Order: sequence, then structure tokens, then C-alpha cells
Amino acid sequence: MASLRDKSGRPVVVVTGMGMVTSLGIGKTDNWKSLTAGKSGIRTITRFPTDSLKTTVAGAVDFPETAAPSSPARSERFAEIAIEEAIAESKLARGNFPGPLFLAVAPIEVEWPEREALAKASGANGSVNYDDLIRAAASGRFREFHERFVFGSVGHHLADKFGTQGSPISLSTACASGASAIQLGLEAIRRGETDAALCVATDSSVNPESLIRFSLLSALSTSNEPASEASKPFAKNRDGFVMAEGAGALVLESYDAAKARGARILGVIEGCGELADSFHRTRSSPDGKPIVGCIRNALADAGLSPEDIDYINAHGTGTPENDKMEGMCATTVIGERIKHVPISSNKSMIGHTLSAAGALEAIITMLTLEHQRIPPTINYKVPDPAIPLDVVPNVARDAKVTHALSNSFGFGGQNVSLIMARGPA
Amino acid sequence: MAEPRREVWITGIGIVSSLGEGAEAHWQKLNEGKPSADTQTFAPCVVHPIVPIDFDKQIPKKGDQRQMEPWQRIGTYAAGLALENAGVKGNAELLGRMDMIVAAGGGERDVNVDSAVLSGLPKSDNPDKFLNERLMSDLRPTLFLAQLSNLLAGNISIVHGVTGSSRTFMGEESAGFDAVRIALARIQSGQSDIALVGGAHNGERKDLLMLYSSGGYLLTGDYKPVWERTPQGGFALASMGAFLVLESREHAQKRSASPIARLAAVVAERAKRAPGDVTAALDTMWGKLSAQGSIKAGQAAVISGATGAEPATAEERAFLAKHADLPVRATGTHIGHGLEPQFSMNIALAAIAAKHGKLFAPADGSGFEKAMTGPLRQAVVTGVGHWRGEGLALVEAVN
Repeated sequence: MASLRDKSGRPVVVVTGMGMVTSLGIGKTDNWKSLTAGKSGIRTITRFPTDSLKTTVAGAVDFPETAAPSSPARSERFAEIAIEEAIAESKLARGNFPGPLFLAVAPIEVEWPEREALAKASGANGSVNYDDLIRAAASGRFREFHERFVFGSVGHHLADKFGTQGSPISLSTACASGASAIQLGLEAIRRGETDAALCVATDSSVNPESLIRFSLLSALSTSNEPASEASKPFAKNRDGFVMAEGAGALVLESYDAAKARGARILGVIEGCGELADSFHRTRSSPDGKPIVGCIRNALADAGLSPEDIDYINAHGTGTPENDKMEGMCATTVIGERIKHVPISSNKSMIGHTLSAAGALEAIITMLTLEHQRIPPTINYKVPDPAIPLDVVPNVARDAKVTHALSNSFGFGGQNVSLIMARGPA
Repeated sequence: MAEPRREVWITGIGIVSSLGEGAEAHWQKLNEGKPSADTQTFAPCVVHPIVPIDFDKQIPKKGDQRQMEPWQRIGTYAAGLALENAGVKGNAELLGRMDMIVAAGGGERDVNVDSAVLSGLPKSDNPDKFLNERLMSDLRPTLFLAQLSNLLAGNISIVHGVTGSSRTFMGEESAGFDAVRIALARIQSGQSDIALVGGAHNGERKDLLMLYSSGGYLLTGDYKPVWERTPQGGFALASMGAFLVLESREHAQKRSASPIARLAAVVAERAKRAPGDVTAALDTMWGKLSAQGSIKAGQAAVISGATGAEPATAEERAFLAKHADLPVRATGTHIGHGLEPQFSMNIALAAIAAKHGKLFAPADGSGFEKAMTGPLRQAVVTGVGHWRGEGLALVEAVN
């Protein structure tokens, strides 16, 4: 059988399995139904008391089967569920995945319940300091804290469980992490190192301190009532993003390997672009050059031109700055035709799933291609004249989508864009 | 199948540790065999503190320095040294297409805030509300950015202008193996021409000492060289920054850059750590390395990243015993253990030794480290994570 290569002579990389968990539900079917119905997964936080906090809403994932005692434990659980679904769909053997794991995961650190346990065990009366905590930690009674709170724990546990090959890579490019995980898998298959890659992104950061950290940076929406209307990307009254949780998993394979085993091909990862921004730690360069360059790099990598893009799955966080910059940069790349290219934000419904966003939104983009139907940007009640785009307001829409662009941008000047298409049969 | 691999050179090294700053300072101190461990400041834990650094030399804006915690300052500084050493600093065209992969943990906590909260919580009528209120009022807004793992890479983009790509790998020692492995693979395959790869660590942190104490991994009490820490073992947490500039031979020659050494191969594994697993993983990786570059006794040595923590160190020692014709040096004896950047650091030290054509002196009372008289042409760099992750690299002299 002749090998299928892309325009640059590289192996074509396809998706043969996908799985997802968001605040809207578990699994692709439930999520797609809710996303195309314009439902919001954003709710008032019940996981912990929100007394004295400015933001009291989030897209927390709190299903009975996702419960776990800490952020890394929950993110591991979300990822397990998403991977199970993706591998089942791919029909690859369970427990012996034929390729490496690339895992986007939030940075991990010891949390307050553990610090409190150590403080209590130290027996310190009155004031407690880190010498007390270290002494208690060294007692040998808290050995499980180490394994849970090292950065590699989620990745190694998942690699063990699903039998991925070689060293699992845990990565963070902030809010672009999920797209970076897909990029690493794409590149490994193109290099010929492997025929398959398990690309996963997970995040469970809805805890008091993480919420407060974003709140102190004035990044979060404070539109707490009603919760379902807090996330309003591209609307003039947008006032920040809504923290959210979830996980997405994709099985990537070379087209040849997928065909050889008779796998159903869900879509193609045609290209990926990246370009870092050196302007500021949290703000984009005002000229938009890094984002424009990132999207153009993705087009070049895919061997496509701007005219080929007929849908943009926006990063669309709902912060005043992001949406303005993204709209401006998309217009720069696409040109006049942008008025006829729909651009929608899944975050209006599932919130900003942070490390998981890039992968979850790539999955939703794949579903958009599969169903030829675009999920809306909900809560779009007040158009912003500064962003005169077709944001697919409030209601899903059928459309012909051949090549879709999905953007992910993050703190630290991280920019990654993916281009996807429906698969060759 | 993959295309033929391109040759990759190390054309820049930027290192700073408890031994000093730069290649020559490290070479000199390694030969003197005088580690600078601190057994007092964090007693009973042994720590290798960073030497004093004039950050202004690589991070000219004080505003930038203020936005960083020590690990980011150390890393941004070391990255600048590496770019300077490679002769690419300030070359906007080149930096704009340069790859960057950083191996990073996270930033330190504000221990004063934590201590005040922990002291106040038991006395509070409403502990949840108390926690929220204290964190809202006491956390510095920008501390978050100084803690985020990917913000070392972010700071390098801002301060040095490296923007071609920016990827941060996490996961302790494994992050270090994989960062170099992926950077090398991208250049070998033609996906990239030049990369900045490495990491930084601040070991003078009580929050990290707490984490590693809970697992029982730390060296406490008296300082001892790595091979003399049995049976209980332990690693001495270290501060360090280590970055490499990797480059295809063609790209380096086109800009008349000279090689420090060749990076011939990097492999990494995931042993599940049942007894014997680490030795077996190292055996497997040795086979893969040998397939990519014939390792010749008499001209080759091992630069070991053994941490001193057990049982990993004993398993590595069992593996090394099978290759007794290669003299071994454990750098952890000299510079301690810095987790994520340790592998880049050890590749840098191996490259420096290969460039000098000889190995530095043994520093081990147990007799495991043997003298090497012959010329050094090849160095196998080992990395065995204290909990998980195994890696090997092959560094070779050029010419």
C-alpha cells in the first residue's frame, strides 16, 4: 500500500479516538448535545466556601465518578475517563498503547489540606513555620504526599495504567498546553519515531488558592449572577474568563498505521504553528505580530492559505484584551473574507479549562467538522463594535467546514494554532 | 522510516551552580574536588547553594528581575550565558526562529504567608473564610507568575528574545531527559536547526525540602559524596541553572560557530521501579545508545547523575558495574541534585570534559570512582530520577 504523505512529504497524521470530560458532562455524545444546544456548564462553586471571594462561579467538574481528594488526583481521574473513551473509540488494545503519552497538566504543588495536616502533626503550638512542617514531613507518616505532589505523578500514573511507550512527557505552556500536547504527538509521528501518540490534557484547578491567584491578576469574570451568563466571549460587556475544569484525550496515528489496522479515521491534524511573544508576561504584543505569525506558521505547516480556512475555533476567553487581540489578528490573517468566516468560543459554555482547553477545543473542532455544525458563542447579548465578527451568536448553526483553525494562547507569551480537517476515508 | 539523522553539536553552554559560573569555573572546581555543600542553613538537610550572581549582567532591567523568583532569575541568567557562549545573543533573526524547551518545576511559595495562615487557621471560628481572606489580602498578585512553570520560558522570551518556540516540560528529572531528547530529535530530523534547552532550580527552599522530606529522599546530617551515602542514601537539594545551545552541524558551520562537543544520542525510559527495574531500563537504554554510537572503552567515561537517593543509586551502581572499563564520576557529589536541570548540567559538564580531552579527578572515598589516564573522547551521561524516570545521553568530542 502506498504511504500517504502531506504536501511536505511527511506522514499524514489522523485522529482515531477522542474522549472528553467537561462541566457539561462526561463523554463526547453528552457534551456535543449540550454544546450544540447552547447550554452552559458554569455554576456557583459548591466545592468549597467562597466567602469573601470576588468570583464565586466556575465550570467545576463535580460528577460522582470524578470525585477525588486533591487537584492532581482529580485531574488524573478526569484524564483516565477521557483516555478510556478515546482508546475505546480507536479500538486499540487497552493497557498497551502503541506509542508515547504527551500530557498537558497544570503545575502541581502541595495543597492546603496537606500543609494543615503537617502543621497539626508537628505539634507546634501557637505559631507554625516551615521548620515544623519539614520535621513532621520527615517523620515518615506522610510518604504518600511525595508521590501525589511531584510534577511527574499524574503522567507516570496514566502511563502505567494505559501502558504507553517510553518516557511520558508532562508539559505546560499555560493556557496553550492542550494544543502543545497535540503538537508534540504530531511531530513525533512525523519524525517517524512512532505510529501512534496519546495526547491528553487535563486540569482541575478550581480550588481556593488557584481561584484567588487568577482573581488577584484581575483575569476572572465577577458576573456571578446568574452563573450561566458569566462567560461572554466577544460581547462588549465581557469582563474576564471563568475558570473551568475538564480533560480531553486524542489518539493520533499515522494515516498508514490507522488504515493498516482498519481504524475509523475521525479527522486529520493538518498543521500546527507556534510563535512565542516576548512583549509581556500576561499581555500580547499590541501589534499582534506573534499571534498573526503563529496562525501563519500553522497555515504554512499545513500547506494551506488563509482562503482555505472556513471556521475558527477561538481561544475566546472572554477577557477584554484576549478577544480584541484575537479578533484583530484573525482579521489580519484572513483579510476581508473574515466577515464570512464564523469564529466561535466554546469557552462561553464550558469556561476556560486552562491546561485542558487546547485539547478539548481541538476535540470540539473535530466534532464540528464531523457534524458540519458549529457550536455557538453563547451569552452574546451586547455586540462589541470593535470586534465585528461572525461569532455564531447564541445558536448553533449548520455550515460547510473543510479546514478549521483552533487557537490557544497563554500567559508567558505562549501561542499555538492547530489546523484540522475531515479525514480521508 | 525516518530520514537519516543530522549531526548535532553543542555550540553553547550556560551553567551556574554552587561551584561557580561558566564552563571554566566548573572545570577548575571539579578538578579541585572541593564540593561546597551547606549543612547548617537548612539543617538537618544538606543543600548546595548557588554562588552569588550579578544578575544585571544577563537581566539588565531591574523590573524584569523583580518579576521573577530566584529559580527564574537563575534560569534566565544561565540561558543568557548559553546564548552568549554560542555567539547568538542579540541576533534577533536567529532567536526569532530558535526552539526553546525548558525543564521546570514551579516557583516557591511565600513561606511567611503560609506560616501566618497555618498559625491562624486553628484559632479561627471560620477557617474557610479565614483562608480566603488571608490569601486575598496577603498574596502578591505577581507571585503567581513567578510560580508558574512555563514562566521561566516566558521570561527567557522577554529578556533574551527567544521566540521560535516555547515549550515547558515538567516532571522532575524526567523533564530534563525529555527536554534534551525532544530538542535533539527535532534538530536531527530537520524540524528545527537550533535550540535552547535546559532548566533551573532553586534548592534553597523550605517548601521543597518539606516535599522531598515526606518521601524520605533527602540527605540529612553530614555531607558525604554520592557513593558513600549507603545504606539509607539521600540527595542534597541544589540550586543551579543549566542551558545548552544545540545546533545542526550545517547550521553551525554556516555561521562559523565552533562545537564544544557532539550530542550523539539521548534516550529516556519509564521503569515502574520494582526491584531491578532501574538496572534493566539502563541496560535497555545502553543498547539503544550503543546502536547510535559505538562506545569505546579506554576513551569513554560515565558522567553519572546519580542522586544518592536509594534504591535508585544502588541500581545504577549495579548497572555501572557491568561497564567497569568506563571510569565513573558522580556530579551530585560536587553540585548536589537540582532535579529538572540536572541532566542538561551533566551534559554540559560532559561536553566540557570532552572538549578538554580528559576526565576530572575522582572525588569518592569508596573507591568506586577510578582514575582515568587516557584521553577522553566519549562520555555517557546517566540520569536516574529519585522516584521515576531514567535517561542516558552520549556526548562525544568533535575531531
